[in-house]
Amino acid sequence: MTARNGDASSAGDAAAVKVFRDERAAVLATLIRYVGDFQLAEEAVQDAFESALVTWRRDGVPANPGAWITVAARRRAIDRLRRERSVADRAERLAALLRLDQPEHPAADQVDEADEIGDDRLRLIFTCCHPALDMPARVALTLRMLGGLTTGEIARAFLVAEPTMGKRIVRAKRKIADARIPYRVPAGEDLPGRVRGVLRVLYLIFNEGYSAGTGDRLVRGELCDEAIRLGRLLCELMPGEPEAWGLVGLMTLHDARRAARVDGLGGYVALPDQDRSLWDEDRITEGMRALEHAVRFGRPGPYQLQAAIAAAHLQTSGDDPASWARIADLYEALDALTPSPVVRVNHAAAVGFAYGAAAGLERLAPLLGDPALERYQPLHATHAELLRRAGEVTGAVRAYRRAIDLSENAVERAELVRRLESLTTG
Amino acid sequence: MPDYMVLLYAPHTDDSEQQVDRWAEMPLWLELTENLREAGLLVAHGPLHPVTAATTVRVRGGETELTDGPFATTKEFLAGYYVLRCADLDEALRHAARMPTARHGSVEVRPIMDLSESPAAPGV
Repeated sequence: MTARNGDASSAGDAAAVKVFRDERAAVLATLIRYVGDFQLAEEAVQDAFESALVTWRRDGVPANPGAWITVAARRRAIDRLRRERSVADRAERLAALLRLDQPEHPAADQVDEADEIGDDRLRLIFTCCHPALDMPARVALTLRMLGGLTTGEIARAFLVAEPTMGKRIVRAKRKIADARIPYRVPAGEDLPGRVRGVLRVLYLIFNEGYSAGTGDRLVRGELCDEAIRLGRLLCELMPGEPEAWGLVGLMTLHDARRAARVDGLGGYVALPDQDRSLWDEDRITEGMRALEHAVRFGRPGPYQLQAAIAAAHLQTSGDDPASWARIADLYEALDALTPSPVVRVNHAAAVGFAYGAAAGLERLAPLLGDPALERYQPLHATHAELLRRAGEVTGAVRAYRRAIDLSENAVERAELVRRLESLTTG
Repeated sequence: MPDYMVLLYAPHTDDSEQQVDRWAEMPLWLELTENLREAGLLVAHGPLHPVTAATTVRVRGGETELTDGPFATTKEFLAGYYVLRCADLDEALRHAARMPTARHGSVEVRPIMDLSESPAAPGV
């Protein structure tokens, strides 16, 4: 961004960037409701920001930049709607926009906007996460429409060629228009399932950024930030949804440790070995608050339980059996809600650390016989650790070797090798 | 209100027990169809004869070629259809989920293009 004309132009640019970040989604969400077409609304908002950059540099920043953008985008939409004949119900939509643009009715306009704006962002979230779109399209569309990421940024984050990502987004918008996916917040019996669907999309975005996979780490950090920001927005718009708070808690508590998870060489660092001074205290505070808020509803759910587990891990240092007993209880509750062998392996480990290795091994036994888990590395690593604690050296050596064979992470493998060697030499 | 083509794909079955089960669904179909008619959503509907009665037509180089059988042989075959006039996709999907075929086969929902609304050819 250049500032050729000194302070005025850089102030204009800075204001445009701020409005873009803070208000773009809201302006876009409302405009979509009026024009009924994602593509057209997005182009109109894009135009409005481009003209803001020029106008604000020249004339200074208006008193209410957000309102300026709203009006500019609406006028661009009117122009485009006049030319674009293929939009459904074009005449009615054009008439509604023109009515809104009457200067003699600014008060009526503002009342309408203030009441509807929150709902519009919620409409946008639910439409982007509609189950009639496939999951990659939901993720991309959510990031593009609500997160304000460019197609190029989304493509880089998901290791997809930019034209491929562009096509994916265009296809999703076309399906919304052609199949008439409604622009509304679902009601009644549809709502709980659809809320779960939205939370899943946000958590998927977060995990994509959080997983220590390959790709541009900077962009991946942005995915975590976007997911958290969208989670907070959902909490603001649906404050009575405990799982939304639970998800924000889960994401922020994990994200607090983002910097500590990677060592100087880019390797993965497991929780017990992390440098706690690298943990983000603000994130931890936010996560704990979100979790406490969620728990007050008395309606537990998988995200709240996972957040509670993350919180317990952050608060535990070392081998305190009472903390592990609490973690074991949380895993047991999570397995009851969303049964999975992954959860059961973690449960067995926690039971072992809380009540003694024998109790953990007892829980692990049925999982070891499951052919589907034969190549599940954490199962064998947990098995080895519990056998070591139980003093069964021969079995522990065998389990460590199995876990080392299956490990795909150099740092993790080195740690397993260290433990194996301490067994055979000590 | 857009029209939606609701295509009912049923699995092929030689199992007489399953065929009896399908026949047992007849009252459900009658009730559903009557229901849709009363709600003013029903534009058209109909069961199709088995694919053994199908003929596929292709014109290549000015010559009409006929093939005995369906366009494609698949595990599931097009067994019937409804055309429903719904407010939006959510409403169409809700009715699609009520079709007995959804439980043992697949139901595809496709919006029908309204040519009066879009005189221009759809661009890319």
